[in-house]
Amino acid sequence: MLKYLYTTLSAASIALALGGAASAQDSAEPIIIPTHNWSSQVVMAYVIGGMFESIGDKVEYVPADSQAVYEAIRNGDVTISHEVWQSTFGASFYNAMAQGGVIDAGNHEAMTLEELGVPHYVVEQNLCPGLPAWEALKDCAAVFATADSDGKGRILEGPQSWHGDLMPDRVAALGLDDKYVVKFAGSADAIWAELESAKKEGRGIITFNWTPNFTDADGFDFIKFPAYSDGCRKADGGDGSCGSPIGWLKKAANYKFPKTHPKAYTIFSKISFSTAQIGQMAALVDIDKMSHEDAAKKWLADNQDVWMTWTK
Amino acid sequence: MRSPLLRSGPLQVALLVVVFLVLCAAIPANENSYLWRLPHLLSGLPEEINKFVKYMMFEWWPIDIYDPDIEEYEASPLIKEVTRAFSTAILFCIDLLREVFVGGVKTIAAVVGWDFARAHPDLVWPALPWTIVAAGAALLGYALKGGWLAAMAAFATLYISIFGQWEPAMETLSLVLIAAPISFTLGLFLGIAAFKSRAVEAALTPLLNVAQTMPHFSYLVPVMVMFGVGDHAGAIATIIFATPPMVRLTILGLKKVPLEVVEAAMMSGCNTQQLMFKVMIPAARRDILIGVNQMIMQCLALAVIASFIGAKGLGFNLLLALNQLRIGQALELGVCIVLIAVTLDKLSLAWANKKTDYFADQSFAMRHKFGLIFGAIFVGGIVLAWIGTFVFGDGINYFYMIPHNKGITTESFWQSGVDWMVENWYQGLQGFNRWLIVSVLVPMKTAFLAMPVAATFVLTMGIGFIVGGLRSMVTVGLFLLFIALTDWWDRALITAYMATFAVIVSVIIGFSIGALCAHNESASKVALLLCDTFQTFPSFVYLIPVIMLFGVTDTSVLIAVIVYATIPATRYTIEGLRSVPPALQDLGLMSGTNWYQRFASIELPLALPHIMLGINQTVIFALFMVIIGAMIGTDDLGQYILKALSDKNGIGNGLMLGLCVAFMGLAVDHLIQTWARKQRAKLGIA
Repeated sequence: MLKYLYTTLSAASIALALGGAASAQDSAEPIIIPTHNWSSQVVMAYVIGGMFESIGDKVEYVPADSQAVYEAIRNGDVTISHEVWQSTFGASFYNAMAQGGVIDAGNHEAMTLEELGVPHYVVEQNLCPGLPAWEALKDCAAVFATADSDGKGRILEGPQSWHGDLMPDRVAALGLDDKYVVKFAGSADAIWAELESAKKEGRGIITFNWTPNFTDADGFDFIKFPAYSDGCRKADGGDGSCGSPIGWLKKAANYKFPKTHPKAYTIFSKISFSTAQIGQMAALVDIDKMSHEDAAKKWLADNQDVWMTWTK
Repeated sequence: MRSPLLRSGPLQVALLVVVFLVLCAAIPANENSYLWRLPHLLSGLPEEINKFVKYMMFEWWPIDIYDPDIEEYEASPLIKEVTRAFSTAILFCIDLLREVFVGGVKTIAAVVGWDFARAHPDLVWPALPWTIVAAGAALLGYALKGGWLAAMAAFATLYISIFGQWEPAMETLSLVLIAAPISFTLGLFLGIAAFKSRAVEAALTPLLNVAQTMPHFSYLVPVMVMFGVGDHAGAIATIIFATPPMVRLTILGLKKVPLEVVEAAMMSGCNTQQLMFKVMIPAARRDILIGVNQMIMQCLALAVIASFIGAKGLGFNLLLALNQLRIGQALELGVCIVLIAVTLDKLSLAWANKKTDYFADQSFAMRHKFGLIFGAIFVGGIVLAWIGTFVFGDGINYFYMIPHNKGITTESFWQSGVDWMVENWYQGLQGFNRWLIVSVLVPMKTAFLAMPVAATFVLTMGIGFIVGGLRSMVTVGLFLLFIALTDWWDRALITAYMATFAVIVSVIIGFSIGALCAHNESASKVALLLCDTFQTFPSFVYLIPVIMLFGVTDTSVLIAVIVYATIPATRYTIEGLRSVPPALQDLGLMSGTNWYQRFASIELPLALPHIMLGINQTVIFALFMVIIGAMIGTDDLGQYILKALSDKNGIGNGLMLGLCVAFMGLAVDHLIQTWARKQRAKLGIA
């Protein structure tokens, strides 16, 4: 029962906040923004923090695990989360939301794709003819074999906590399971390390990845699986033989945020970064090797026309 | 009466192995047979634990709290308010210390309120110029021990500053400087309480055992739910992790204080307080100081993990660097952590060993020599920082603070080293990798999974009986029973396979290194220093190059585990062999033994109980690292522990899985401790 109470309560509080936003003053208590371990998220944290500071609010940054952070938002220890990826964090986000305390603060403009794919050179050098169409995989398992895959092709999936058995189910549903094994990596870092090593060797590799991401710069081709339709996944009652949908990138906040910082919340709900903008933020750090704070300052200075419309 | 034949150890073991193998062969793999796998009677428990914790934290005994920000009364549960008040207190201390080092506004805001702080934006606590902290650290080193320690402290602070890691390093240091004294005090007093009362000791021992063997990932979520996210949560996780060795070594030290010393103190009319603090603790100093060393090492070892729940500083920056695969930067950060650990350790050791000269008749200037010098340093540092504002034009005052990542860096050197390694070694290592996986690891894993539960119990309980009789048999059996009744027995078997493999290799390597180094004093010192370094150097840094070479495979995980688990095997071998009395060595020499005979018949048997304790630690370290190996990618308990960070029943699952790992460790721990105790009694050494 309590769950529903909280959900209604949070909905009511949004309405309240939107109604009273014009007059109410933001609290002087700092807004707590989490930082996770990837560049675009950290730069965006400082960018959003910079926007809040521009209207005179105090901001504090706290490192947190990207999965566990939703429990912290729920309890009010962290105020917002500005990069909620559908496929990787959807489960954690909805878990916390169901227990009450977390509200959905809208989507970014950026659309995301979280899917299996290969580095661009695999397609370019025709290591597996026919890619990125998924049918091509049937004939080149050997290209993707590794030491522990027993001659089969190895598909490197993200940690199991991200979306459970989605990929093993899909591989089985498509009849690829006698030629491919799915290996769960333990963290994103493990995937990047394998990708980097494969790139140096020029060998074939299939990994889970997403866009926008820093790997976009080197070129990464997502495999075209049968189109996604509602209910096609095994968890939703389908047979699982479909690819990933074009996904959303959400913003989440603690349910008190609209009340404690009505102005900041209004800005936060308006914030909507595009794929290109997120790419810029990541590139300032990953390619130009700037520090995250400096990258955020530069981005804010270069893109005043973008964010000033939100803070007005 | 048992026949004498059956009383011989090796025969009993051989018989046990035969029974075990027969059982393995006889029991078919049938999911419905209780001989093959026990029913999952405990599968509902995680959810119950979860419900209970949530109820206690979020529903039990609500009190109305006025929240001025939303101008409403809110019902908040009592426990949450209590734990959050505790968090606030710890956070205040950390922030206070942190702002002394790097400046800030939070301490002021905590006193005068955020509204006042916002209204007066110039009210900011200024950072202490880094030159003052560096010179102060060197002075402290000199005052406590002399030139060497001063040089070391100066080197550590200079390195940190010049490499542009001052801010994160001071953030980590401020957390450690709060967590370590709390751990020390808590550990000392719990140790004293346990020494004084058997009941306390009996209650404390299982708690300590679990706290020391439970993987830290499994209590991150509970700590976060109870205390929130932030430096305070990081500090609390650190305290949980770092206190047990302090308690243990305090108890050990106090127990070893000779009765004569206590009697002498009583005769001189000591009261209870004086007896404890003026006599017994100083007498037990050696063991307590080992406890302090271990505690400081553990504090810094948790620097990276603590950043999962909000600790700022080196650990978080390290994870960030690794995610960008900037191994060079991560390495520099890792070195900072090691430098802080070693410097703090040596400083605290020197402080504890410093003798007060009660009879010196000194002038004011002599007595306050160091205070006066520090005063001069303080003024000098500020003047230097002031001069710096004129010297440096680009908005950065290098005499005041070298901003994060604006110092020199050796990143490109390490980066090209890693690139070179991958380019030149990858192909060559693939053959080895494939051989290891196909011919060793996969068969071993399959063998572990093919063990019927009945056979596993017979084997482990049988060993328990041989080592420690009925009592050990039941203890070990109960530990295993808990795991067998959860949903995760198969996963525990995979964890066991990886830990077993790693322990075997680590013990071989560690024992060999230890035995080779023990005969030479300086070699031993170097080896022990390396042990300290690798214990605090974050394993995450070498995980990435290892993955690049060996892929997301069990090989990578095991390499990481072996690097870490070899530390205690080496350390205890050296300590054990070096503690063999020289008189016995001489005796052997006089009896005309050659070096091998001396080693095999005198040193080894005498050192073996201590070495076995090292193997015990090796097992625990290996289990720990196998769980962290989940960050690479495993399909054992660790994968689920990591998954618990986002589970709906995260608290319950995390704790239960953690207990499974802890109980595996404790079963081994029990067997080895019992064996070592008996062996010691047999050899007549304490």
